[in-house]
Amino acid sequence: MKVIEARGLRKEFVVRVKAGAIRRQKRVVAAVDGVDLAIERGEMVGYLGPNGAGKSTTLKMLTGVLMPSGGDVRVCGFTPVPQRVKLARRIGVVFGQRSQLWWDLPLGDSFDLLRHIYRVPAAEHALRLDRCRDLLDLDAFMQTPVRQLSLGQRMRGELTAALLHGPEILFLDEPTIGLDVVSKQAVRGFLAELGEKGDTTMILTTHDLADIERLCQRIVVIDHGRVVHDGTIQALHDRYRSRRRVIADFDEPIQTDIRLPGVELESSTGTRLIFAVDEVGPLISQLTQIGSLRDLSIAEPEIEDVISRLYLSS
Amino acid sequence: MGESLRIYAKLVGAQGRAQASYRTSFWLDLIGSSIIVGADLIAVLVIFSRVPALGGFSISQTLVFFGIALTAFSIADLVVGNIERMRNYVRMGTLDAMLIRPLGVLPQLLANDVGFRRAGRVVYAGAVYVVALSYADIDWTPGRVVLVVSAPLFGAVFFAAFFVATATVAIWWVESGELANALTYGGRDLTSYPISIYGGWFRRMFAFGLGFAFVAYYPGLALLGDPDPLGGPAWLGWASPLVGIAASGVAALIWRTGVRHYRSTGS
Repeated sequence: MKVIEARGLRKEFVVRVKAGAIRRQKRVVAAVDGVDLAIERGEMVGYLGPNGAGKSTTLKMLTGVLMPSGGDVRVCGFTPVPQRVKLARRIGVVFGQRSQLWWDLPLGDSFDLLRHIYRVPAAEHALRLDRCRDLLDLDAFMQTPVRQLSLGQRMRGELTAALLHGPEILFLDEPTIGLDVVSKQAVRGFLAELGEKGDTTMILTTHDLADIERLCQRIVVIDHGRVVHDGTIQALHDRYRSRRRVIADFDEPIQTDIRLPGVELESSTGTRLIFAVDEVGPLISQLTQIGSLRDLSIAEPEIEDVISRLYLSS
Repeated sequence: MGESLRIYAKLVGAQGRAQASYRTSFWLDLIGSSIIVGADLIAVLVIFSRVPALGGFSISQTLVFFGIALTAFSIADLVVGNIERMRNYVRMGTLDAMLIRPLGVLPQLLANDVGFRRAGRVVYAGAVYVVALSYADIDWTPGRVVLVVSAPLFGAVFFAAFFVATATVAIWWVESGELANALTYGGRDLTSYPISIYGGWFRRMFAFGLGFAFVAYYPGLALLGDPDPLGGPAWLGWASPLVGIAASGVAALIWRTGVRHYRSTGS
């Protein structure tokens, strides 16, 4: 069953550009320019794109914050803006850069208020809160006013706040932005576990590709408001022919003329040879024959490389 | 409906606790706003120390208009005055957080920031109104007893609608704050005096075009039992509920349109 369906989703903004001392020219800019998306229940989708690509704008249209300028969109069977209140009960949203907690009140008070806002039965609420307290270690700062929390603590609070009503879809807009390594791990681990249970659909925007590698099987890449890739990470590697690298160090300077199918010599500097390869096996058996091999390492293709090639090419 | 009210009561309570965490600021604001409000009354008294009548009305009659206008305005200001913060929410994009909750945005916005510190003004305005009524020579009938209470309440509805409508402009035009202030505070000052003192296009536009005459002037005339120097029929004194409701309808329309045009901010 599809929980999110968008066809030809568009959002245009009118911007006024300076055109002389006083004169301003109106220009229409499409922040989202015809996005198609179909997401099944339980999927974890990474939504990527460079700054200004239209990621946040898309999320805001899916959550009912912004009115689309064009196209069709259904989320949980609702049309987001006209049915905003009904939809709000079924989704959870975390904006990394914007708090949804009550700034001057203890964290625990925010959770209590949210229970009333979402009309969650007390027992159900307590159950979910207990789980989050456990997994996200909230107990140490439940009584601390939100304004005094560290960013990492606050983000754990935001995640909990978005989950207390048991949403079907969780929208995460840069949930790990600005966090230290430990907090990032905590947030990722928590989301991974939530995803494994399979009943929560997650859409995640991020600039930290480690989030994506850890959490998402599917990625949708958007640039200039259009989808430029929709599929698995593997498909992206295949499409850009990103290959593993074999780095071989020899005891003495070496020249080589190895010719194998799917193997390409990338660089040769004295004692070090670097190859880009499809298959590692045949190359290694050759390398051991051409000289005295001191060290050998194999580097997996970096998702960063692929994504940056994708941004550059689109 | 009852359930919704309970939720908003919770939100208001939370806001009260949050404000209580800045104690000194709260008391300073409370005192400050009472002083400012006293200045308005002094202005009326100073005028009447120079002239015996304004627009055909004596000081005790004028103070009835003043009392209704001030009470109406301070109730509206207490309940929806915080909507002037709308422009901050628009500028910072914080309206997003309210749009993703299963509640109306306007009630959230209001509950988010109830001005308890302005409660003092309502008490003060009510006191001025009661004193003004006791000095004015009013022939009490059942109808006037109803009117004496309903006039400031529907006046408050009218002001509240005006607050909402002018603050919504911030969605299209973020720097609209001063214009909104000029209109709302200007409207309060306008209604504090008998509108017969204003002339020509100004009176036509503000008192009748925008409806400010129905906040204090016409209900006040009906209370006092005086004829309208402008020649309006007596039933106008009872029309303020209609004007208040009509103004709310217009404000609701502007608000709905505004929220659909909300642009949020980057990221």
